Amino acid sequence: MPTDAVRPDDPGLADEAAAWVGAYVHIPFCRRVCPYCDFAVIEGRDDLRAPYLQALAAEIAADEPFDRPLDAVFVGGGTPTSVEPEALGRVVAALAARFGVAAGAEMSIEANPEDLTAEMARRLADAGFNRVSLGVQSFDPAVLATLGRRHTPEEADAALAAARSAFGSVNADLIFGTLGETASSWQASVERALEAGIDHLSTYALTIERGTPFGRAVAAGGPPPDPDDQADKYLAAATLAGAAGMVRYETSNYARPGHPCRYNLLTWAAGEYVAFGNGAHRHRRGTRSWNVRRVDRYVERSPATVRSGEERLGPWERDVERVLIGLRRAAGVTPGPAGVALAGSPAGTRLTAAGVLAVAPDRLRVVRPLLGDEVSRALLALDPT
Amino acid sequence: MSDTSRIRNFSIIAHIDHGKSTLADRLLERTDALDSREMRDQVLDSMDLERERGITIKAQAVRLNYHSPGRGDYILNLIDTPGHVDFTYEVSRSLAACEGAVLLVDAAQGVEAQTLANAYLAVEGGLEIIPVLNKLDLAAADPDRVEVEIASVLGIDPVTVLRVSAKTGEGVDELLEAIVDRLPAPQGSPDDPLRALVFDSYYDSYRGVVCYLRVSEGTLGTGDPLRFMASGEDLPADEVGVLTPKAVPVASLGPGEVGYLITGVKEIGRIRVGDTVTRRDRPAAKAVPGYHEPKPMVFSGLFPTDGDEFERLREGLERLRLNDAALTWEPESSRALGFGFRCGFLGLLHMEIVRERLEREYGLDLVSTAPSVGFHVLLTDGREVEVRSPQDLPDLTARREIREPFFRVMIITPTEFTGTVMDLLREHRGTMGSMQYLSPERVELVYRVPLAEIVFGFFDQLKSRTRGYASLDYELDGYDASDLVRVDILLNSAPVDAFSAIVHKDKAYAYGKRLVERLRGIIPRQLFDVPIQAAIGSRVIARETVKAKRKDVTAKCYGGDITRKKKLLDKQKEGKKRMKMLGSVEVPQEAFIVVLQVDAD
Repeated sequence: MPTDAVRPDDPGLADEAAAWVGAYVHIPFCRRVCPYCDFAVIEGRDDLRAPYLQALAAEIAADEPFDRPLDAVFVGGGTPTSVEPEALGRVVAALAARFGVAAGAEMSIEANPEDLTAEMARRLADAGFNRVSLGVQSFDPAVLATLGRRHTPEEADAALAAARSAFGSVNADLIFGTLGETASSWQASVERALEAGIDHLSTYALTIERGTPFGRAVAAGGPPPDPDDQADKYLAAATLAGAAGMVRYETSNYARPGHPCRYNLLTWAAGEYVAFGNGAHRHRRGTRSWNVRRVDRYVERSPATVRSGEERLGPWERDVERVLIGLRRAAGVTPGPAGVALAGSPAGTRLTAAGVLAVAPDRLRVVRPLLGDEVSRALLALDPT
Repeated sequence: MSDTSRIRNFSIIAHIDHGKSTLADRLLERTDALDSREMRDQVLDSMDLERERGITIKAQAVRLNYHSPGRGDYILNLIDTPGHVDFTYEVSRSLAACEGAVLLVDAAQGVEAQTLANAYLAVEGGLEIIPVLNKLDLAAADPDRVEVEIASVLGIDPVTVLRVSAKTGEGVDELLEAIVDRLPAPQGSPDDPLRALVFDSYYDSYRGVVCYLRVSEGTLGTGDPLRFMASGEDLPADEVGVLTPKAVPVASLGPGEVGYLITGVKEIGRIRVGDTVTRRDRPAAKAVPGYHEPKPMVFSGLFPTDGDEFERLREGLERLRLNDAALTWEPESSRALGFGFRCGFLGLLHMEIVRERLEREYGLDLVSTAPSVGFHVLLTDGREVEVRSPQDLPDLTARREIREPFFRVMIITPTEFTGTVMDLLREHRGTMGSMQYLSPERVELVYRVPLAEIVFGFFDQLKSRTRGYASLDYELDGYDASDLVRVDILLNSAPVDAFSAIVHKDKAYAYGKRLVERLRGIIPRQLFDVPIQAAIGSRVIARETVKAKRKDVTAKCYGGDITRKKKLLDKQKEGKKRMKMLGSVEVPQEAFIVVLQVDAD
């Protein structure tokens, strides 16, 4: 792998990822939708799975290849393991046939702990996947119940063990700041994930989205997550991950050297990627576009009519976006026109004085990632130069 | 020109909500001033704001052609008056153009504070009064009781009291006859030199300044060369007309007639309400006695949110000033808010209305600072200066005493609330003048109260503690020394001039504490701790801290989230734009409103 031995937060690696190309495949089906989730997902509807896989194949076959083979593939959801691994293998084969897949490319899939048995792990590896991301979220039964997760802490241990034996790279997703979660419960969850020998860790602050059961509870006057509690937990995770030899390379992501997620590196470098499935977003030739969100509509439509919107970016907007996303990486960004304007603006000066932004001639970095959106808003408020 | 014996000029005066606008509608209807298609409720309240709030702000005039069954044709000029206590001066200027007044009293509510205040104004002006009980249609109406009340309080013969229902029209014909019968016709010879009182004006974007005036003597014809006696402006009478209420040009207006005048003047400020118009070629010797110039009592800074709008704010104020003589302003600069104007108002409602009109009619986005009364400060060198803004208060070492304006406050309340109202007045530093029973159920209290106490929430508290039954009127009653201090607010150790207030020493601590607490609730967390302090001089009397924000970051940002994240951040950014930077602290506009709402009670 080209990323071997290189630190995950290496600026050269971060910038190099801009030239990579990737593919995202969305599998929207879930047995039960979690109360915090606002992704393009659907509960049940087993009847739609076969036509959905057909529609995916058609959309892949109709797309245009890049001028190089795919460096990274990411199959996410929803619950990708809600369809047979062999069916996912056919999707991978379709991608390879249409776009080509580079030797040693990252082939990533998301899975729920209750699904990832040793057998399932083997079948997914046989289907072509070499990296798995497990939705562990917590090792506290009470927190798992609040989050509407269906697995036990022991099932998560078993799934992580199965993953390690079948895949070259294993990630665990954890969520912090759930109502009722104590500081020690969070610390125990992080420690247990690290002890399982993972290669990659994602720690996400619980975010309340409108239209979800959690969103409705907060709108009705329920307590929102406490930002100070979340800040404490964020910092606790950073300390524990660092002590375990992991390097934070993005706001919410840590990896051992050689194990950063290459698909994510390319999206954060404003690289190009294709995307397939309902609600999927792609980025090609300066244009972001996305598909219809509803599964039934996606299935009905032809590949030529599945898109529901697009955003074309001018040169200034493209550079603003490059800096905006790029600053989420610990490696930071090369300044460019937007970065230079930011560093020279009154807001940029304030953020630098407050120790949020670090400005060097060839590099901008956010050194207090917990305040990253302050930088983002300052960037979006700039006038084109 | 009309025969003066066939003219009657009158106003309707009443306490707020006693049905003045509805009665005006009925009079217009009975005299066919408008056909039914044009008839809409409360025709005379032409400004949007008046319709929304259901109150009458501006005086207006309308000419009614009345055919009396027994006496033939008459011209009735109805000059509308505002009903709120803030606008008493406009009542007096309308009355200056009349010989009589219809004193309208709600037959259920009875005599209220402004009934009395307006009746006294009319009597002082030498006007003939026709007392009228309104709302006979209401089940709660008790005309016999209210008739006795009017008679005893105002010394009016009960047999002269008419009874109407403006809503149903009952009794309106009798009222029209009484206007012709009882009100004196205007005096004045058409052969004397012209004298006409400008009692109102407004700005029309096509015609320029339009004056409403009433001719006392002589004639005012289209094309006449005119002189405005107070300002010395010489202007031609481009157009003269009457308001039916549509503007209808006429050849000339004679003694006793009420109408409008257009001179072609576009520059606001060249014509002042209260001025007397005469002819340049045959000037009158003396101006018409006008009325007391209103004095602004409450001052507040108005600042455009966007500093580039300063000139437009000035234009807006100039236009409003044209028909709002009580509005005054001078440029003011604030370290916190930039350039704006220190404006003088008659009261809080007046302030609110001016602000709303500026925002609505001129599309301005404004920040107003805490209202303050005007203080007279005696300096150690013996000079006395007027201080209209807390930031202008001379140093402790340079001043001997601060004198604040006092009002004579008259409250009429049902007797069951007497104790409550007296407590309220005491809490507001009021001292008792007199107490008089109007009837076994109702009592009139007269107190002397500092204006500053009335400005801040007094009226609302009076209403809520008496369940809306008490009514209030007030008038200026001189200045006296009080133990006053300036409470300053420091944000991040820097004083914010826009938040300073001059308050009584006994209330300063409570005021500072509450304001600081409220500000802490409203100022968002920033990149650093923001101490908020209230201080008298260098002594801090209250302190709160807005803790630095610790987390402000989107948890996830993957391919599909980028467009959405940007939209969300863009929306947040717009919210930030509406904040004011005070030094290094971002303060939302609401903070300035909070200051208006805090009092020490």
